[in-house]
This record gives sequence, structure tokens and C-alpha cells, in this order.
Amino acid sequence: MLNFFQLIIIYAGIYALMAIGQNCITGYTGMLSLCHAGFFCIGSYVTAILCKTFGLSFWLTIPVAAIAAGFVGFLIGVPTLRLKGDYLCIATLGLGEIIRNIATNLNPVGYQAIPRASLFGYEFSARGKWQFIALVWVFVLVFYFLFQRLAHSRIGRALNAVREDEIAAQSNGINVTKYKIGSFTLGAAVGGVAGCFMAAYTATVNPGTFTFMVSVMVLCMVVLGGMGNGKGVILGAFIIQFISYFPQLFGLSSIIPAQAQQIIYGLILVVMMIWRPQGLLGRDKFRYGIEKRRLAIPHKGARKEGGRA
Amino acid sequence: MTLPADLCLNEFNPYNGGTPVNTFTVYMQYIINGLTLGSIYALIALGYTMVYGILKFINFAHGDVLMVGAYIGLLTYQALLGDSTSASWMMLAFLIALVVSALLCALLGMFIERVAYKPLRNANRLAPLLSAIGVSFILSNGAAWVFGTQSRRFPYPFANNPISILGVTITPHQILIVIVAVVMMVALTFFVNRTRMGKAMRATSLDQGTSELMGINVNRVISLTFAIGSALAAVGGILASFDFRVYPSMGTMTGLKAFVAAVIGGIGNISGAMLGGVLLGILESVGAPLLHIPNAMKDTIAFAVLIIILLVKPDGILGKNEKEKV
Amino acid sequence: MRILETEHLSRIFGGVVAVNDVNFQVEKGLVNGLIGPNGAGKTTLFNQITGMDKPTKGRIIFNDQDITGLPAWKISRLGIARTFQNIRLYKDLTVVENVMTGLHFTVGRDPFKGRFAQAFKSYFTAGSENKDVYLQAMEWLEFFSLEDSAQELAGSLPYGKQRELEIARALAAKPSLLFLDEPAAGMNPAETEHLMDTVNRIRDLGVTIVLIEHDMKLVMNICDQITVLSFGQKIAQGTPEEIKNDSTVIEAYLGAPDEEEE
Repeated sequence: MLNFFQLIIIYAGIYALMAIGQNCITGYTGMLSLCHAGFFCIGSYVTAILCKTFGLSFWLTIPVAAIAAGFVGFLIGVPTLRLKGDYLCIATLGLGEIIRNIATNLNPVGYQAIPRASLFGYEFSARGKWQFIALVWVFVLVFYFLFQRLAHSRIGRALNAVREDEIAAQSNGINVTKYKIGSFTLGAAVGGVAGCFMAAYTATVNPGTFTFMVSVMVLCMVVLGGMGNGKGVILGAFIIQFISYFPQLFGLSSIIPAQAQQIIYGLILVVMMIWRPQGLLGRDKFRYGIEKRRLAIPHKGARKEGGRA
Repeated sequence: MTLPADLCLNEFNPYNGGTPVNTFTVYMQYIINGLTLGSIYALIALGYTMVYGILKFINFAHGDVLMVGAYIGLLTYQALLGDSTSASWMMLAFLIALVVSALLCALLGMFIERVAYKPLRNANRLAPLLSAIGVSFILSNGAAWVFGTQSRRFPYPFANNPISILGVTITPHQILIVIVAVVMMVALTFFVNRTRMGKAMRATSLDQGTSELMGINVNRVISLTFAIGSALAAVGGILASFDFRVYPSMGTMTGLKAFVAAVIGGIGNISGAMLGGVLLGILESVGAPLLHIPNAMKDTIAFAVLIIILLVKPDGILGKNEKEKV
Repeated sequence: MRILETEHLSRIFGGVVAVNDVNFQVEKGLVNGLIGPNGAGKTTLFNQITGMDKPTKGRIIFNDQDITGLPAWKISRLGIARTFQNIRLYKDLTVVENVMTGLHFTVGRDPFKGRFAQAFKSYFTAGSENKDVYLQAMEWLEFFSLEDSAQELAGSLPYGKQRELEIARALAAKPSLLFLDEPAAGMNPAETEHLMDTVNRIRDLGVTIVLIEHDMKLVMNICDQITVLSFGQKIAQGTPEEIKNDSTVIEAYLGAPDEEEE
């Protein structure tokens, strides 16, 4: 039981990193990317190959993975983000499959026995769960703060403006294409970093892990917690991980079919969009360095979304 | 997604070490195969394009409706056929299965629209897309739950004896696929251009608000669009399952390619979808052997085509340049 | 002195000539009106000048600089701001955040040169910068008496206030030239009255204003100079008095003189 809880916390941490990246793309900038599993895959493979084949330290693979995933994101972003409309989601759907195809072609069985991360002589093995929890969550917190700061800088405001209205954003001097590509690249890079931790924790990578389902799962975390809300997506990661380990946690694996979990993700997306599109935690409020009292937002009831069909 | 041997025609591949044959015949063969594949893409692409034309959103669940259609068709066909081996009954049972599947999928399409998209018509741009992804996930995993994940073969409704014309092999099911696809497309073109409801549909895609003021029941038009698109997808799904077999995730890749076909032709444009489908089918069938692309990477072609189209002519071949009004 | 000038500007959509060989001059420091019947090409002309759309032919000169065909975001950085006919606010952001976004390119500029350095600096100084930007934005809200709604979502404001907020957002970047596309559309007489006062106050800040408007009372009252477009062509330019008595204008547009003045 405790074991499963630890596992949930570790995976929630890894997925929270992914969700932070997805949140940058979907939550801040309003672009729908469906290949976070692909960036995750790139990150895992970079760590696996660099650690195993080239004997590099785990810590050095993190920036390499971020750059590799970000670069792939950039390549796909340039043709699709210049255009109006939702070509990005279809292009990324295809990209996710292709990354997995390439990974399979590269090495169908993946990599096993990847050297583990170590710090000052301590090796983070799968057995020391608390230590790994500490490792992952330190990174989650660091990224959380980095992205909170981003969201509330002028860059974050520009991204929000792009999400709300691209034409108005242009008239405010925002280079819409640059911000869209930048946000996509950054989100992809964080997805790559999450991949490193996956490889470091399981010590194995294989292409079968990085399916479309993973991308939808990450999307679910963002939608559930609240698009654009940093705390929300971490909460979302916890809830989704809990759902996916629910059968094992309560010994119900034999009763609950394997697909139930995915069907729940689908339901979450539909139901949240209809009943609570702003997510469980809703909009992220920020104080801009001014005391709280002046900024209290008067309570609004169910608010109607802006009317653009 | 790999093609079974009878469509891959490896024995004709000159690089395969088989009997050397004339290159013209080889490429004719690829083109014929591509045409068959393309008419399936075209049928499915119509659903994407019609929905996009009216609601301006990509109906992600379309590919999964196709999968449901294939399952319904397969189950109906098997139930009707029983142990019978009578040739005429096989054909009739197949046609009945086609109709039943199209009708049920039309209902399914309307139901999905009513439940998952209609409440979001005035929400922000992302909401219906996310909801559609949710529906797609529910359908494909629901199917995996009910039918299991193993793939099933759709039996040919008649003896599949290839016919040889000038060294090019054509199988009866290829002819069947093309005939069914052409009949459906002609019927749709007639419906859209010649009937009152078709006119209402075209009007709605141009301007929803004005159409409503002109007394068009926009809700009904949208419902009908989903019904027609889903029925076509069901037919496309059944035709596709001759070659690709039936399995719960069959809709994802086939749907993606059909969408690429719709973009090639110009999304929102009905004749564009047909043209795009056929073009993509031929490109895929001819391109893979021409560029020595291994079978596992074949899907990359459609994707590369999408990127090239987006870079060169994002509005597609027949599409019009539509700028957002300021 | 001219702040903006178009030379033989044309825009053709398919076969339709929306703007036809227009030489449009904007005098510095004045309130310039742009009027004309529906479909005369007023908004199209706005879109060409603000970079939302590219002209088919002709040049646009702003402060002696050719800005033809520049992307909209660059043009706005040169000091041309605009509002939209169908209000385009960031509806899910708060009122003050809307104005803060309007300040986008006015902050984070100084000690570092180059865009990346700027972005980095802006990121690491977000704390102090935010407070500064916030206070500036609040000043603009006070200018428009919107400070009480600062924390409401922009989409929840009443219509007239949304229009004003859009002007506030445009002004926040301290433009030298402000384009207002039908600012009084959908406003009641009291709100229009208030708007006239606001436009005058904006002019007093030293901002040149160009406005498209159908409300003739408003146009005749506050504009110093009026340009009339009809079927894509400029048919007249002059003071309100001149325009009122111009026979071409009366023929093309007003129908009968003084009809709308009562």
C-alpha cells in the first residue's frame, strides 16, 4: 500500500513536469499539442543512449534532452504555427506517432539497465523511493516556480494575449508567431526533461511506453486542474495518477478492465469542457506585488465564455 | 498499418529480385492500388471537411466513428451470413451490413454532436477540440473493452479472383471499393448542390447567423452534417477493413490521413476532399516504393505531405484564402 | 504637419476594389474623422495602415518612414495604436491585465539591448517590473474612470466600458497616432457624450486621432478635419464646415444636408 502511494507520488512528479510543459503550450498560449508523449520519448531516449552508450552522467543528459525535444518542437512548430486554425493538433498527433515509429525502428526492444543517477556518491535506485521522490519533486518545484514567474512576467502576459485574441495581440506590439513558436518549444523542452526522470527511475525505456494515451493523459491533467494554473496542473497530475493506480491500490485489477482508465480520461475531457472549462482550481490570480486587499476579485458566478464560435 | 500481401504486391516490386517486369506496368499497378486506397480516404475526408466547413473545428472523433462503423458492419455481416455460403446472399448481406452500419453511425454522429459539441458552440476555440479528443478516447477504448484488442479480418463478400488487364492486377474488391466510393460521392454532390437541404447546408457554412435569420434551422443542418459525415465514415471504415482489418485503434491513423487528404484539397471544400483523398492514396502507394521507404515508415508520407502543403499552399488545392475579419 | 500619409493606396480583394488609389493625409495633433457609407473601405484603409492586411498597391508613410507591408506588431511599436469595430478585448483576463498587456513593448527595454537580453531581463526582474507596469496600468484606468473594475474580467464589463477599456489598452503604449474604429457604435447618448469628452482629453495628451464613425453629430462636433470615402475612393477632405457644404459628399452620402444634425 505504502509502496503504491510512493509510486503515485513519483509518477505524479514526473507527469507534473510534463503537465507543466503542456500547460505552457495549452494553458498559457492556447495551442493544442498532442505529442507530449513524443517529447517525453525523446527525453527518455536521450538519457538512455547518453548514459548507456556514452557513459555520460545523468545530470548532463537533462539539458541535452531539453534541447533535443525543444528542437523537434521548434521544427514542427515553424510550419504549423504560422497559420491560423488548428493544424497544430493534427500535425502533433502525426508527429507523436512518427517519433514512436522512429524509436521503434531505432531499437525495437528499447534500452535496459540504464545507469542510474547519482549525487555525491549516492545512487538513486528504484529501491530508495523516498530519495527518488525528493529528487523528482525538487525539479517539479523548481520548474513550477520558473513557470509561475514566466506566467506573470510580460512574456506570460503576451502569451495570454495570444491565447485570447491573436489580432488584438498584434495590435499591442506582440509578435504572435514568435511567441507561439517560443512557447511551444519551451513546453516541448520541459516534456523532454520529464523523459529523463522516467528513464532514471525505471532504468529501462521502450517505445511501447510513449503512446498517444500518454499525451491525452497529460492533456487531462492540465484540463482537470485548470488551464494556465500552475498549482492546478500539479493537482491534476496527482488525480490522474491516482486514477491510473486505483485498481492496483485497492486490489481491483481483476474486476476493472484495463480500458476503464482511458475511458475515464475521455469522460474527464468532455465533462470538464461542458461543466467547468476553467478546471478545478480555475483561473490563476496574481498580485503584481500589491497588497492583497486591493486586489480581491469580487466573486462572480458562472461566467459565460466569450462568444466566438 | 501495413497492407496485406495482395495490396502490397511485393511480387511486382522490381527491387525485390522477383521476375523482372516492365516498369510502366509496375507503376500502373501502384496507381490502381493508390486509387483504391484514395477513394477510401476521400470518403472519410468528406466528414472532416463538411464539419470543418460549418463549425470550423476538427472533429477528432471522426476516425473513431469509422472504427465503430467497421465493427457494426462486420458484426451485422457475420450475423446475417451465418453458415451460408451462397454467393448472392453474401453480396446482399454485405450491402445490408453497409446500410445498417451507415444508419447506426449517422445516429451515433448526431448523438455525439448533441452531447459533446452542441453545448460548446459558444465556448472558446479550444473547448470543442478537447471535447472531441475525449469522445475519440471514449469510443476507441470502449471498443477495445467490448470487442477486445485483437484485430479481425473482414471476409470478402465474394470470391476474390484477381483480373489481369495488360499485366495490371485488379481484384474485385478493389472494383467494389471504387464503385461504392464513387456512388456515395456522386450522391453527396447531388445532395449538396441540388436539394433544398443541401442549399441550407452551403448557406450555413458561409454564415451561420445570416442563415438563421433566413429561416434555416441551423441546429438541424449541423445535425444532418454530422449524420452524413458519419455515415460516409462508416462506409469508408468497412471498405478500409478489407485491407486493414478491424481493430479498436484503426481510426486514429486512417482518420489522420483522411484529414491530411482534406487539407490537401482545401479544408471545407467538398470536391477538394475527394481530390485530396485520391491524390494522397496515389502518393502513398507510388511514393513508398519510389523512395524506398520501409513499410513501418509508410505513414510518414502522409505526414510529410501535410507539412509540405502547409508550407507551400496552406489553403489546399481548391481552397480559398480565408482571412479572419478584423 | 503631416504625421501620416498614404500614396495611391489600393487594396483589391479578388475582383473587388475595396480601396482605390487613396491619398489620405493625417494632420498632427488633430482629430481626424474618416466617414463614408457602409462598404466605402474605411476599415480596409485602417487595416492597411495598421498592418492587419497588406495593400495591393501604394505606399504608407508614417513620420517620414515607409511602413508599407510591415507586420502589425512592428507598426504598433512605431507608435500607431488602434481599436477594433467588433471589440477585441482579452476577455478572460482582468481589466487591469488588459491594459498591462497594452504596455507590452514599453517595458523591459533599457540597459540591455537586443530582444533575447530584453526577454531575459524582463523575466528576472518580473517582480519589480510587474509592480511598475501594474501602477502605470492603473493610472490609465483612472484616466478612463475604470479603476473600480480593475479586477473584474474584461468580458464581464458593460458594453460602453469595454469600448473605453479597449481605448485604454491602445493608449497604454503611448502611441503618437491612435485609430478608433467606430468607437461610439452601440453606445447610448450619454455614453457618446462621455466618449466625446474622452476623445478631447486624449487629444490634449498630444495624441493624433483618426476615427471612423457613423454618428454625424459626434463627427461634426469633435473632428478638426474630415475625410470622406465612397466606393473605395476619397471624394472629399476638409473641415466639418466644408464637408457639410460639399456637394459631392451630400450626393454620395448625406442625401440631404443637415438631416442628421437635428
